[in-house]
Amino acid sequence: MHPAISVVFFTTATGAGYGLLALLGVLGGLGYVEPGFWFGLVSMALALGLIVAGLLSSTGHLGRPERAWRAFSQWRSSWLSREGVASVATFIPAALFGIGWAVLGRSGGWVAVAGLLAAAGGAATVGATGMIYASLKPIAQWHSRYTLPAYLVFAAMTGAVLLNALLQGFGRGSTSVLACAGLATLAGWGWKLATWRHNDRLELPTSTNAATGLAGGTVRSIEWPHTEENYVLKEMGFRIARKHSARLRRITNFLAFAAPAVLLGIAFLLPWPVAAATASVLAALLQFAGMLVERWLFFAEAKHTVTLYYGR
Amino acid sequence: MTCLPAHTEKKLGLVIDLDTCVGCQACVTACKEWNTGGHMAPLTDIDPYGGHVDGVWFNRVHTYEHMTEMGGRTVNFPRSCLHCEQPACVTVCPTGASYKRASDGIVLVDEDKCIGCKLCSWACPYGAREFDTDVGVMKKCTLCVDRIYNDNLAEEDRVPACVAACPTSARHFGDLGDPASAISQLVEARGGVELMPELGYKPTNRYLPPRARTERAARVDAPALEPIRAEGGFLGWIDRMLSN
Ligand code: SF4
Ligand code: SF4
Repeated sequence: MHPAISVVFFTTATGAGYGLLALLGVLGGLGYVEPGFWFGLVSMALALGLIVAGLLSSTGHLGRPERAWRAFSQWRSSWLSREGVASVATFIPAALFGIGWAVLGRSGGWVAVAGLLAAAGGAATVGATGMIYASLKPIAQWHSRYTLPAYLVFAAMTGAVLLNALLQGFGRGSTSVLACAGLATLAGWGWKLATWRHNDRLELPTSTNAATGLAGGTVRSIEWPHTEENYVLKEMGFRIARKHSARLRRITNFLAFAAPAVLLGIAFLLPWPVAAATASVLAALLQFAGMLVERWLFFAEAKHTVTLYYGR
Repeated sequence: MTCLPAHTEKKLGLVIDLDTCVGCQACVTACKEWNTGGHMAPLTDIDPYGGHVDGVWFNRVHTYEHMTEMGGRTVNFPRSCLHCEQPACVTVCPTGASYKRASDGIVLVDEDKCIGCKLCSWACPYGAREFDTDVGVMKKCTLCVDRIYNDNLAEEDRVPACVAACPTSARHFGDLGDPASAISQLVEARGGVELMPELGYKPTNRYLPPRARTERAARVDAPALEPIRAEGGFLGWIDRMLSN
């Protein structure tokens, strides 16, 4: 599948944004993390900024972005529509929580309710994003039980690593948040490795025989209907990155998981706050870059059944 | 509304005979010609005379080599929307632009609602939807809704353009929901098949597999060619000189 940059950025950014928002909503709302004016403001701005930037970027690959509002109408059948509805609905508790926690410096009571609702909305939005892909039967790598948990795990992971970077950066490092960020990174890594292992053994859900209705024997494409690439091949028959997938997987392993895990481990062991803060921020930045590569591969390695018609 | 109708009154669709299709591309050009002025018009062409030709077509004819223990044969294979009974291309659509008609089962795109998110083309296992980069919306086969109900056309012309154009009558149109219809009988008689049934889209269109080979055909073996004898004389000398 063709990895549109706007969609790669969209799912990575909103994943991290909703992850951070959910953690702030739960931990802040229940009073485990005190806002403090600047910390509250910056962390909420980062969470909402990532979400808004991601959502705006997602309209970048639409043919008719000016009609995007129509996408809220078909929530009864479409996961894309549900994602849209959930994302917009989440802004309401998120805004209330932001006002209560970051601006007024309160927690508990209605602020906790708003925070929990924002967390639930974030999880629902990320879950709907995952289901868009998980529900597509023609793409075996997506139509798998690994897809939905991956979106949730990666959102929690990138959110936790961001929260830790913010706390450390503001000189308010918490060992439990740091430990959680490190463990979440390891969990995300494990999930990705398991997914790759599963995908590498995966067969297409059907065959060229079934695609052409020609039973028995072998069916080989000897002539295409067109001499140049068409929309179907460019969008569903993309295969440039499949060629480089081994190297891109190594880059993902390093940037998204190994390097952040090591950096967080160093931050955990170092008694010196400035070094811990530097390591934590670096971990978050590398992980974000690594997750962009991961998401690119998620598309590029996915194979659509239509490729059968072209013998690709 | 992208929820599917529980039941459609008719199941209009095509039956394509892989035995008689000669791959002449007449259906392809007839489709393009009609539809570039029809319901989904225009079917954009990008750089039509240049080196990077691209554009929207509803119907594409592939060619395959089918090898079995009976030997190999060439099969021409037209590929277009199958107007599925369980079309995920419709249910994934977030805007309501894609829909399946309860009256005849035809799957259509409302161009005025489509936002061009392309999700429907990902959801179609058959590659039947093509995005129009010029207009920014998704396009697909309409089963020529603007022909089959068109009172301005003579009765016999009220069939999809591809069916009307096919010189070998490899394409048939009708109601596959009615077991008594000629087209359903044809499917019955020839053992018509669904494409990729395991995906559960329940395509309406059917493909008739090539007929089994027969030994009844006349066998006229050509006489074996005689080996070329080396020429002597002047011509032989020229031959040898030029062969060096
Ligand atoms: S063939 Fe593809 S586009 Fe046509 S109805 Fe089926 S899923 Fe939809
Ligand atoms: S491209 Fe258009 S028709 Fe297809 S799913 Fe998106 S809005 Fe619906």
